[in-house]
Amino acid sequence: MWSILLSSNTQWVLASTIILGIAAGLVGSIAYWKKQSLMSDALAHASLPGVVISFLLIGEKNLLILILGAAGSALAGSLFIQWVQSSTRITEDTAMGMVLSIFYGLGIMLLTIANRTAGGNQSGLDSFIFGQAASMVRFDVFTMLGLACLVILVVCLGFKEWKLYLFDASFAKGTGLSLTFMNILYTAVLVTTIVIGIQAVGVILIAALLIIPAVSARYWTHSFRWMLVLAAVFGGASGGIGTFISALGSGWPTGPFIVVTAASFFTISLIFGKERGILVRYIQYKLHQKEVHVRKVNTHPEAKGAK
Amino acid sequence: MKDAAIHVENVSASYRKNTVLEGVTFQVQPGSLTGIVGPNGAGKSTLLKTMLCLHPALTGSVTFFNQPFKKIKKRIGYVPQRGSVDWDFPTNALDVVTMGLYGQIGWLKRPSKEHKQRAWEALKKMGMEEFANRQISQLSGGQQQRVFLARALVQDADIYFMDEPLAGVDAATEQAIMTILKELKMKGKTVMVVHHDLQTVTDYFDHVLFLNGKVIAHGNTNHVFTKENLAKTYGGSIQWVKEGSQHVVHSIE
Repeated sequence: MWSILLSSNTQWVLASTIILGIAAGLVGSIAYWKKQSLMSDALAHASLPGVVISFLLIGEKNLLILILGAAGSALAGSLFIQWVQSSTRITEDTAMGMVLSIFYGLGIMLLTIANRTAGGNQSGLDSFIFGQAASMVRFDVFTMLGLACLVILVVCLGFKEWKLYLFDASFAKGTGLSLTFMNILYTAVLVTTIVIGIQAVGVILIAALLIIPAVSARYWTHSFRWMLVLAAVFGGASGGIGTFISALGSGWPTGPFIVVTAASFFTISLIFGKERGILVRYIQYKLHQKEVHVRKVNTHPEAKGAK
Repeated sequence: MKDAAIHVENVSASYRKNTVLEGVTFQVQPGSLTGIVGPNGAGKSTLLKTMLCLHPALTGSVTFFNQPFKKIKKRIGYVPQRGSVDWDFPTNALDVVTMGLYGQIGWLKRPSKEHKQRAWEALKKMGMEEFANRQISQLSGGQQQRVFLARALVQDADIYFMDEPLAGVDAATEQAIMTILKELKMKGKTVMVVHHDLQTVTDYFDHVLFLNGKVIAHGNTNHVFTKENLAKTYGGSIQWVKEGSQHVVHSIE
């Protein structure tokens, strides 16, 4: 079982999914406070047709090109959502639901066509649906690592600006922060995180890696800084552990294992979370109840004596 | 008047097809404390947002000390309505006030001890120093409003815009906020406040701007705050409760 860890390819793949998890935790926290958790899911599904189209165009599986295609179609999806929202009476969640299913349906349709073409069958494009970290070659790993580090850097350097932008955008504008620039940067880091994750985690489940670590972190802290740190830790751990488990079997998809790992972190946070966990709240309530009761008894001693 | 602090010329604005503001023109003198009054939907908040380029203007121009907003935005402080942000955001009161200094700190730099100290002093001025490390969701409505005001104070702007800072706060907070507003005026700052309570207009503001889609009247409170202007602004649903300058708006169902 441990022999797979010694393989240098596995080590690289593990490193890249850990870094991906960290980036996804950070960007997911931003999306959480932008109230756009569902947006990440819509954009992830929207990236599938771009992957297949760029494969059909170049005829080989070059991750960098496929990522560019994915980014292109995810951006098209996000523009479509914005357009529908601003020019029709359809609300944002309906627009996202439409984009999610239409783009995904289109992607699956194109995938069927691509699989019929010569070479398409062996291309491993199917792994983009549920994720197959083990299928990454060294070049894929480096592409992913590089872009994930860039995302992490952008989030960490602009920590103060992100906080202001997320808490009070109109005030941010008054202090001289360009909202257009921040919106573009936000979309850029979100789309980048999604597209670099689709090979390892898959288009269906990558959104979970963005959403779950951020929500889990919220249960532990009342500080934005610590929320980011914890989301990064949960994301990185989910990425690493999920990839490790999926590497134990041959041909096991990575995405589901990563998501299940993330979900177990969430369950732990939901119950034991220091700030909002169910258990902690219950204990606080009980302690407080006891305290109030004791005070009552002390101020009205006769209440105790009466039967 | 060339030395006006705020110069609004023929500004119109709309939401989709509904025109909210039409041909709004007025000038505000430096060092004045102006109350903007008008019924719901009169475009009071929209006027502030349009002046601060948070809402697109259809026509017209707005200048501050003869300069456009873009060039002078660091000298302008804005206190939005309390409900405009999510108070569940994970941060504390001191941190929110420090945000007022971000423009001065500079982008990508971290706030220093001195900045934190200044933020703390602004909180203290609002009587909020003991809540500095309190999570903002655990503050009461009045305390949240004080935090917002402290954040504006720390900006040390020349012109302040406040959107209903007195809405839904208790008497103590109202007094604290009004003390600060008068102090700002004493220092020569120009302050414009969206206000709802007609009873207190004469006590609180030296200038009044009656707004209902367009400017109904604007000027010194003593001259402009009249029965006629109130009736014009609120469409006749105003009644005098007793002799003197007490007015009440009756909601007509």
